[in-house]
Formats: sequence, structure tokens, C-alpha cells
Amino acid sequence: MSIPGTVQVALYRQILLIRRTEEQLVRSYQRGLIHGACHTYIGQEAVAIGVCAHLRPDDLVFSTHRGHGHALAKGVPPGALIAELFGRATGCSGGRGGSMHLFAPEVGLMGTSGIVAASILQATGAAYAFSLLKQERVSVAFFGDGAANNGAFHEGINMASIWQLPVVFVCENNLYATEVPFASVSRNPDVAARTQAYGLPGQVVDGNDVLAVYEAAAEAVKRARSGAGPTLLECKTYRTRPHSEGMRDTGYRSPEEIEAWKARCPIKRLASRLLGEGTASESELARIEAEVQAVVEEALAFAESSPWPDPATLTDHVYSV
Amino acid sequence: MRELTFVAAAREGLAEEMARDPSIFVMGEGVGARGGNFNTTTGLYELYGPQRLRDTPICERGFTGLCTGAAMAGARPVVDFMFIDFELDALGELFHQTSRIQYMSQGRIKMPILLRGCIGIFGSAGPHHSGNYYPLFMHVPGFRVAVPTTPADAKGLIKTALRCNDPVLFLEHKGLLNVRGPVPDGEHLVPFGQAAVVRDGRDVTVVAIALQVKHTLEAATRLQQEGISVEVIDPRTLAPLDTATIAASVHKTGRLLIVDEDFAPCGVGAEIATQIVDQVFDDLDAPIRRLNGAFVPTPYSPPLEAAAVPGVEKIAAAIRDLVAE
Repeated sequence: MSIPGTVQVALYRQILLIRRTEEQLVRSYQRGLIHGACHTYIGQEAVAIGVCAHLRPDDLVFSTHRGHGHALAKGVPPGALIAELFGRATGCSGGRGGSMHLFAPEVGLMGTSGIVAASILQATGAAYAFSLLKQERVSVAFFGDGAANNGAFHEGINMASIWQLPVVFVCENNLYATEVPFASVSRNPDVAARTQAYGLPGQVVDGNDVLAVYEAAAEAVKRARSGAGPTLLECKTYRTRPHSEGMRDTGYRSPEEIEAWKARCPIKRLASRLLGEGTASESELARIEAEVQAVVEEALAFAESSPWPDPATLTDHVYSV
Repeated sequence: MRELTFVAAAREGLAEEMARDPSIFVMGEGVGARGGNFNTTTGLYELYGPQRLRDTPICERGFTGLCTGAAMAGARPVVDFMFIDFELDALGELFHQTSRIQYMSQGRIKMPILLRGCIGIFGSAGPHHSGNYYPLFMHVPGFRVAVPTTPADAKGLIKTALRCNDPVLFLEHKGLLNVRGPVPDGEHLVPFGQAAVVRDGRDVTVVAIALQVKHTLEAATRLQQEGISVEVIDPRTLAPLDTATIAASVHKTGRLLIVDEDFAPCGVGAEIATQIVDQVFDDLDAPIRRLNGAFVPTPYSPPLEAAAVPGVEKIAAAIRDLVAE
């Protein structure tokens, strides 16, 4: 698959936006502006960008507790994301959710979740609805290696396969379920191998290579949209920050391992490729960097100046009426 | 007026709504060609086929989560758990996701999902097939809970549920499924949050749940001969709970008994009693009493099972005691 240069540059811009937004969230957390959890996506950005590049606005994404990147990739404005973590009324969930409960149905982000593996079932259900209502839409479930050992993985993937639903399962195998090594909870290192048991295609992808993810997802989304059924992509990747900001990050992995994965940074890899192949120049990348930085600064200012939610709205939306 | 059984009336309501709304589909074990273990979908598969009457693997958490996602994406799922006991495997999905997504999304995502299943202690179903569990859902924000006791209400409440954009539990007591009763022709909707005064009386108010409504009416007929006039209230929906109707009745009678075969601690009776004390304390002439099922897993053997539930005799005795206070 030949990916046009303009697309590659666009991917670079998007992947950089996630990284710079996340770095801002880390700083904001350290300043005490984020009141609860903050699970950053730093190191894993290539997965969200490579997959969501193929989605239409009305395709639906169901995400995890580590969902900032999925939200941005699906089109949630960075200001609405930062404001949500700040607990402001302008946050994408109006301050009702925080880091783990991001909702923006208007752009097809159907929620991140504090409960592992829920995304698998809900994405399967959305695909069931598309099929029932004869809509050519696709749903995507992002989940981690931790979810792959949860019963919902078995139940959801089995149903998606038996009914040939238009869903793409994207396992982000970052090697640790919170701090438990996947190697210690699975005899087989590949989640993708499990698809053989359920009769759907599964593929291992380098999750730190946005172009590799882009290629694999192109095929999977096409298959789903054409009615040929679900696919599972296992993207091998790594989070370089702690499970959640402020958490002790020792005792389960070595500094050497973290450094080795930092060297495989998906952004640096794409930048060297763009420069190496002459797809973009240094000055062009520097210009993108400056533009993205400006977007993040504007988003931060928006969040900081946003109002708090009105306590009088506390019980709004518990019920539909 | 024509008469239908409870299950046929509920099925008629479902069939009418499926004809009206093509986004409705039913999922559960055996709801397809077989028509459901309790005949909840008999005849519908022939009309609507496998996609709308979908037999599932035995994975309650899985298909509940799936239906939650389908509701988020514009369909209107009906999850038919057969026995409501099986729903317990799905509680995490229901409490964390189904009940909260409207709130978390600020109302931008709706949750039109119907969760139905048979409840109740009946027919030696034993420890794993006799549960009620409705207090769990009254306790969690986001759910509506319907517990019809007549065929007309079964039809009217299931139709209302299938037009509601909130998750609704529709609970059918196994001991009521084959009870016959009049059901209005044509469009028949029963609103949520309106209790029914099913018998007028002046000496004591009895609020009864599910099958116990039937038993309480029998007890009230007997007590009439003893000169005790019993007012019987069927809440019909437990969430929302119509305490205004109960309070108005207590204002008249001064006495309240709540009859519920489910366990007493943290149950429906505890909730009703507290609310009534708050609302009409000065109207009470006696302590509020509860008559509940025994606090035990439901046993199998008929004499043990009978000992675990209220029933006509125990209800009559409790009413006599309360009137004597």
C-alpha cells in the first residue's frame, strides 16, 4: 500500500497533537489542575491515529480508560478534552466524567470507560445496530491487553464473529495490564492468535509505526464496511508514562526497558521517515510543530478560562426526561 | 372486554411495538424460533426473522453489553433474560454503563433498552431461579422498574417501556404468567409512576408487590367477612414509585402494611415505610408493618418453599394484627 505524502504529513500533524496535548495534561496534573485520574497515551499515539484515519464522522469509537488519544483522533477538540479533565462545564462530558469518561457522540466518540473491556461489547452492539438498520457504518473497539483476558473479550468477539458484524477490534498490547506483565498472565504472547478460536481474521501490527497501523486498519475497516465481518488488530506498543499520573512507576519494569521503547517513539520514527524519503522538510515539520503548539496553548487557555459546572445541574440527565 | 393471559398480553404489546418501530430487536436464549422459554416471543420469529429475534450464546454479560451499545447507536433492544436471576452476570454492564451513559454523555446519548425477565418464588424453581432483585435497581440512579400484576398492565407497561428512552426493567412474576384478565382493545398504554388502588377499603392500607397483590386481594375478601375493610395498592412501577397514592390512602386508613416476597433488609418495604413516615407521620395510627419473604436462599422442596413466602394466610394474619394495634 502506497500512502500519499500528503496523508503521511497529515498523520504526523495528528499524532503530534496527541503527544503535545498529553504533555500539557501532565504539566497541568503536576500543577494540580486535574482533580482525579489522568491516564496518558504517550507512546501509543500511532494506534489511534492509524485507525481513526479511516473512519467517517458517523462511524463510532468505543474506548478505554486510556482514551485521550482516541478522543482527539476521532475529532474531539483539545479544548473540550482538557476542560473535561479540569472539571469544567465546557468539557466534552460537561465535567461529569473526567479522564476516563469522555463522551462526544457528535463526532462519534461513544465513550471512554473506567471499566476494562466494556468497549468490546458496546462496539459489537453498535455494529449490530448498523447491521439491523442497514447503515454502512463501522464501529471500533479499542482495548488493552488487560481486556483480552476478560470474559467480555470472549463473549463480544464470539458474537461479532458469528453474526459477521461491521466492527474492528483494536487491541493495544502495551505489555502491562496496569502493572501486571502480559507475559505473566498469558502463555501465548499474541492476542491476535486467539482469533483463530472464534473464526475471524487477526493480525499483529507494529503499534509504534503509524503507517503500519494505517495500512492494517485500512483493510480491516474496508472489510467491516463491505459486510465481510470483524477483524482484530493487535498493535504492539508501550506506554512510557506511569499507568496514571502521580502513580509510583517502579517495581514492575526496568528503566532500560522504558528507554528502549522511547527510542521507538512513533513520532520520531515518522519524522525521520518523512525527512528521509523527502516527503517533508525540516522547516515544514517545524512549522507543524509550532502550529500544534499554538493549538494546545489555545486549548489550555480555553479550559482554564472555562466556567465550573453549575451545581444546580447536578441531577440533569440521570433520566431522559 | 376480551380476556388474555398475562404473558399473551405482554407479547401483544411487544408485537404491536415491533410492528410500529423497526429498530426494536429482541435478544436472549431461545427467543427465536422457539418463542422463548416462557412464550414471551411466540410467533414473532415467523414475522420478523432472526435479526430481530436473536438467539444468543449463554453470555448474559456479553449480550447485555452488546444491547447497551446497540441502544447507543440508535436501535431499541429488548434483552430477554428468561429468568431474571441470569441478569446478575450482567450487573457490571448494567450499573456502570447502561444506567450511566445518559448522565455521563450529558443526555446526548439515549439508552432505550428494555430488560425483561421472570421473577419470583414459584413452582420449586429453587435457589438459582427464584430471585426478585428489584431493590438493586431501585437503588441505582438511571433505571425504571415495572412490575405489572395484571394482563392489562403487562401490555400497557411494556408498550410504555418500549417508547421510553431510559433503561427499563420489566419484571414478570412466574406465578402470574398464566393468569387471565381483561385487556382493552387497541392502543393501551399505562404510564410509569402511577400506582393502582386495586381495592377500596377504610381500615388498613396494604401495598403489595407482584404475585402478592393477588394473594392480598384474596386475603382482603376473607377479611371483609370479618368486618375488616382493606385497601390494596399495586405500585405497578417501583421506579418511579408513586408514594402520593400510598400517602393518600394512609391518610384515610391510618395503617400501612407492605407485602413483598422479596427479602426485607433494604427492600421495597423499607423504602416505602420511610417515605410514608416522612410524608404523613401524623396520619399514622399504628406502626408501619412489613411482611416479607424469609431471609434465605429460596429452597426447592414445596413445604420449605411455601414457608419462605407470604401468602393468603400470612397476609390475613398480618392485617388482623395491624388492625388490632
